[in-house]
Amino acid sequence: MLSYIIKRLLLLIPLLLGITLISFVVIHLAPGEPTDLQTQLNPQASSELQERLRAEYGLDQPLYIQYGKWLSRLVQLDFGESFATDRRPVLDKVLERLPVTILLNVLSIILILAVSIPLGIISAIQRNSGFDRITTIMVFTGFAMPSFWLALLLMDWFGVRLGVLPVSGLKSLGYDYLSWGEQILDRISHLILPVFVSAIGGLAGFSRYMRSNMLEVIRQDYILTARAKGLSERTVIYKHALRNALLPVITILGLSVPGLIGGSVIFETIFAIPGMGKLFYDGVMMRDYPLIMGILVMGAVLTLLGNLLADICYALADPRIRHNHQGGDSA
Amino acid sequence: MNWNRRVKTIFAQSYRPVFIVFLLLLLGGCNNRNETSHPGVAEAHVPEFGDTFIESSIGDASTLLPVLASDSASSEINGLIYNGLVRYDKNLQIEGELAESWDVSDDNLTITFHLRKGVTWHDGAPFTSADVKFNYQLYIDPKTPTAYAESFKQVTGVETPDPYTFIVHYDKPYAPALMSWAMSIHPRHLLEGEEITKSPLARKPIGTGPYRFSEWLGGEKIVLDSNPDYFEGQPYIKRVVYRIIPDISTQFLELQTGSLDYMGLSPLQFDRQTDTPAFRRLYNKYRYLNFGYTYLGYNLKRPLFQDKRVRQALSYAINKQELIDGVLLGYGKVATGPYKPDTWVYNDDVPKYGYNPDKARELLAEAGWQDSDGNGVLDKDGKELAFTIVTNQGNDLRSKTGEIIQRRFKEIGVKVQLRIIEWATFLKEFINPGNFDATILGWTGGPEPDQYNIWHSSKTGPRELNFIGFKNGEVDNLLEEGRRIFDPQQRKVFYDRFQEILAEEQPYTFLYVGEALPAVSKRFREVKPAPAGIRYNFNKWFVPKTEQKYAR
Repeated sequence: MLSYIIKRLLLLIPLLLGITLISFVVIHLAPGEPTDLQTQLNPQASSELQERLRAEYGLDQPLYIQYGKWLSRLVQLDFGESFATDRRPVLDKVLERLPVTILLNVLSIILILAVSIPLGIISAIQRNSGFDRITTIMVFTGFAMPSFWLALLLMDWFGVRLGVLPVSGLKSLGYDYLSWGEQILDRISHLILPVFVSAIGGLAGFSRYMRSNMLEVIRQDYILTARAKGLSERTVIYKHALRNALLPVITILGLSVPGLIGGSVIFETIFAIPGMGKLFYDGVMMRDYPLIMGILVMGAVLTLLGNLLADICYALADPRIRHNHQGGDSA
Repeated sequence: MNWNRRVKTIFAQSYRPVFIVFLLLLLGGCNNRNETSHPGVAEAHVPEFGDTFIESSIGDASTLLPVLASDSASSEINGLIYNGLVRYDKNLQIEGELAESWDVSDDNLTITFHLRKGVTWHDGAPFTSADVKFNYQLYIDPKTPTAYAESFKQVTGVETPDPYTFIVHYDKPYAPALMSWAMSIHPRHLLEGEEITKSPLARKPIGTGPYRFSEWLGGEKIVLDSNPDYFEGQPYIKRVVYRIIPDISTQFLELQTGSLDYMGLSPLQFDRQTDTPAFRRLYNKYRYLNFGYTYLGYNLKRPLFQDKRVRQALSYAINKQELIDGVLLGYGKVATGPYKPDTWVYNDDVPKYGYNPDKARELLAEAGWQDSDGNGVLDKDGKELAFTIVTNQGNDLRSKTGEIIQRRFKEIGVKVQLRIIEWATFLKEFINPGNFDATILGWTGGPEPDQYNIWHSSKTGPRELNFIGFKNGEVDNLLEEGRRIFDPQQRKVFYDRFQEILAEEQPYTFLYVGEALPAVSKRFREVKPAPAGIRYNFNKWFVPKTEQKYAR
């Protein structure tokens, strides 16, 4: 097992290099440079300033030298400084946005799992019942609904008309003066709408997934055996069927690791939440190369690690895989 | 926004196409006319201290060092933290800020500023002429990546004979000189010998202004507290909070819940969505013309547009009032030239191009364009009269304007395509290399009439502002002379002629000037619209004790 993990980890290195190279080239293919956007069409900015800025950012050098310089800083875990006017280190900017992004994503995954697993199971057991049909309709409606539209409707309803929830942001203005308990309540009330809206899409997909998994497992021979042994339906479903139906959840959780640091621009923009999605989007619009590359690299590393983690967990959870893992990748 | 901030906003924004129209509506300089609901019901109140003013910005500030900032969010906040030597007053006249007074020598080559005594930086250090001298050096230092160096490059020397006198010399008279000293003054004692781009002051500024920096949560909010030692007296409003809310719909929802005290409305919001009793109970709405206009610019390097009659014909074919009614819902005025219609420099006596499709067809026929094959598109020597209008993505008003123009042009037999392109690509691939036929853009200006950078023939190089390639010897002379004269009356002669030539030549079809449409919470008193807009006396705004909403 250990040698397998080490081998997988070593394989990640060339893969990561390839990813950075392609990303670097692709983002430089986009027309426009950060210096254009900072000085263009401003009567007070001379073309010397343009040139000076380009030299300062190293944009006057050939692309392969720029890549080499960037890479040599990266291996020392230095993501460089943002090209934005504030010139802050990329890492600082990312770390500033990370906690809230992770908090929202974790809450949203918990909500998705908590709702969609029972929903999927019940739908599967009572297949084609009224309950199954209603949830199917609801779930697809939720899936099809544009999240920005839903968000605005909910904000208008709960925020403006009923006035029970805050419209946007993370904290109230007087947050610092609230008592400890009030602070927690304030936080929660600000999180309700964003978490709900961000979960709704995943909820739909995941509950369908759970339902079909469960259906497949129920048809297996060992379930028949369990029933034949005279076990109660409860034990059959929750002990024998559910455990097996849950296995693929591990893969999904593994794949959602990079998603933890990725945000959604639309959603963060609407709720005025300073998250990673907006940071990345603004970076792209400003052609802030170090910031874009920094976020891409972090995302790539997490995706690869998440994949690996899922494989390992899978092996641990499923004896069938554990016993012939030499067979290679399973995810 | 006090005057200081307005001035800096104008500098920061001057003549840059404002591609996010809401910024334009929020920030454009202003001149009030008939505000819709006047709060002036006489209420005798003694100004009282306290309360918080909350407004929102669609983008986070980039840096709180004004010398480096060029975005509107930073400029707004910097305007409250820093001061310049001079500023515009409510009637757009220059008045002293950090300078108590100034003398201009008879030959217009030397300005002597007499600085205010007893002004202190937010950290308690005294403000002196050495600070001003340091700032001059900072702005012109080649190592400072600033967009504001140009006007200081005209300076030939500075002197500081004593701590409260600052003398600046020019070798040629330069009319915008005085106002160039409205630029924010940074603290010498904290920046001297430091690398400006690495200074911690960018995130934790120290100025001399009415508000002190308190807190900045990236992407979330910036908080300022009133400066009890401000040289014009402590502002009444104790705290100013800028919330970063990137989405306009969300801003508007927040406004409706009463959590925002100020917002620049869109014409649609102003006209249709705020006419409810609930909204009227909470807010006063104001309207006044922006400094800035939208235009359709023709690339004069293209053979098609070298014939003046074609450009005039296109101007006749556009119904400008229709654009204002359709796109701005009536909240705007027809533009006839580069200046705002109610300023001293505006010349009303120029040829105007009212909607007249027959005249347009006539002019095109004169220029040799006929529909010889009867397909509805004019042609000449086998070539159709067809071109593409480009504009940038993200500005809904511009794309709508383009669509309406497209239809009007079709009616006179001109085939037009409309392309909407992302901003960075738009600049790099279309505007910079001159790779466009016609473009819809806007300029934001200020009270200073100097238009050298946009219309002088020396400014047609790559990345320069005269990207349509307008070259006119007489205009060159007028612009060169105009900036050397200090007396407005004498100056106006030059700029009047300049406007006549532009009207005759139609290198742009000047389309419209939009209005700023702010809503301000009714709690705030002393909001008095003036030619400068409403924010010039922000330090004097107050909330009566009984209505104060935020205790801390």
